[in-house]
Amino acid sequence: MEAIIETKHLTHTYSAGTPFERSALLDVDFTAYKGEYLGIIGHTGSGKSTLIQHLNGLLKPTSGQVLFQGEDIWSDPKRTRLTRFQVGLVFQYPEYQLFEETVYKDISFGPKNMGLDEKEIDRRVRSAAYFVGLRDDQLDKSPFELSGGQKRRVAIAGVIAMEPKVLILDEPTAGLDPVGVESILGNIRDYHKAQNATIILVSHSMEEVARSVDRLVVVNDGKIPFQGDPREVFTHGDELEAMGLGVPQMTRVFHRLRQMGVDIDPSVYTIEQAKQAILAKLKKEGN
Amino acid sequence: MALKDITLGQYFPGHSFVHKLDPRTKLLAVVLYIVSLFLAKSFVTYAIMFVVLAVSIGISTVPLKSIVRGLKPVVFIVIITAILNLFYTPGEHVLAKIWILTITLEGVFSAFFMVIRILMLIAGTFLLTYTTSPILLTDALESLLGPLKKIKVPVHELAMIMSIALRFIPTLIEETDKIMSAQRARGADFESGNLIQRAKALIPLLVPLFISAFRRADELAVAMECRCYHGGEGRTRLRQLQYVGRDYFVLILFVVLTVLVGVLGRMGL
Repeated sequence: MEAIIETKHLTHTYSAGTPFERSALLDVDFTAYKGEYLGIIGHTGSGKSTLIQHLNGLLKPTSGQVLFQGEDIWSDPKRTRLTRFQVGLVFQYPEYQLFEETVYKDISFGPKNMGLDEKEIDRRVRSAAYFVGLRDDQLDKSPFELSGGQKRRVAIAGVIAMEPKVLILDEPTAGLDPVGVESILGNIRDYHKAQNATIILVSHSMEEVARSVDRLVVVNDGKIPFQGDPREVFTHGDELEAMGLGVPQMTRVFHRLRQMGVDIDPSVYTIEQAKQAILAKLKKEGN
Repeated sequence: MALKDITLGQYFPGHSFVHKLDPRTKLLAVVLYIVSLFLAKSFVTYAIMFVVLAVSIGISTVPLKSIVRGLKPVVFIVIITAILNLFYTPGEHVLAKIWILTITLEGVFSAFFMVIRILMLIAGTFLLTYTTSPILLTDALESLLGPLKKIKVPVHELAMIMSIALRFIPTLIEETDKIMSAQRARGADFESGNLIQRAKALIPLLVPLFISAFRRADELAVAMECRCYHGGEGRTRLRQLQYVGRDYFVLILFVVLTVLVGVLGRMGL
């Protein structure tokens, strides 16, 4: 697979040289591959937010490199700015960044900064609004009249409208009701499929990432202790528990079953997989 | 962005003698210290003041580096003051004359003392804010201004406004940082362009910032009301301020210092 973003020996120290000095990342080698749906998971304060802000050049590494399509994004200022358009970052609670008079204008802020022409901006705004499920008549409303969930859609559309090759979302479902969570995750999946974009989903909920992602990166104490297929990562149940992360409920049930002496596949994390594992087990028993 | 790195007057927790002093003592001592600074007129008196400051910093365990960093933002003002004093102090001993500018011996002294005075003034007040948490500081202010309640000055309300303002400075800085990052991620450019372009670039930052500040204020008001806050009347406190031996000792020391510097100044020393 072809790498799209890489970090090499990335270290970041906050407030260097003051009594509040704190290392948020320590010698991190991270890779995101083209077109994959990647999950980053870590406890609050693990360094995951610091990591993603390096990926689009918002934070400058204290030492180490960030490569986008093989080129160091800090090699010249133009490239840094360009990277910000190619790597879209949706922050936590992005609805607090809305500022324009109308939804349309707010979504067009990013594309305008890219220097696109009027027609292209219009196309992008409309297609981004479509992805997040905003109706046409909502585009002329003030973003401050919308509900919390709608505002978040507008904010996400504001980043999608730049049509980034990599879309990073930091806890995009935080504080939403279950229906809102489902529909936002669905929108992200649609964008992933339609644009063949790389998606990086940051979360602290194992359940949420386990359902969506192809690959999982665990961040803890400024390092990456585990990464790989979710199944693989969840085999480290005890270590994840110690990091305060835990494994999906379904995995925990199957781990417990094994501890109780049932010979069953423990690398299960969705209901569908659980069904298969139980059926397989029953079949074996039957023989 | 280095917004988070602003440590201006930020409280450094500690357990030194200075930290343990009653905040009212520290506030009064700083006032006396400032008065003394303005009474000081000579090398001898400035030397005394300098020793007082150095000893205070020494026992406070606040790193000298932090104090020096606090002085950096005023360097510009200090330089301007020094230049003005240098050229515009009339005197008998003319040292040099360039075009319409004259430098007198008195001017040199006056500039030198002014620089020392400003730097020591700021270092002294920083020592207060470095060793006293903002909450204690406003408590102290409320207690010291207590007598003004008799003439219907809303002292408690003013102190509460101050505590809340101080409490929200770091929150707003963090918020600014976050919104700036979010807008930069959408290609906003805060660093280049001419003055008008830069002012325009601030709109995507200021609008969300104001909205969130109002939202926070609203939430805080509701939270306070939920806990039956109704102003200062009949309100008791968790931390009772109490003068002890060391407070009287420090206060007497600073009163003596002020009198001493004042008398020495009068005597022309």
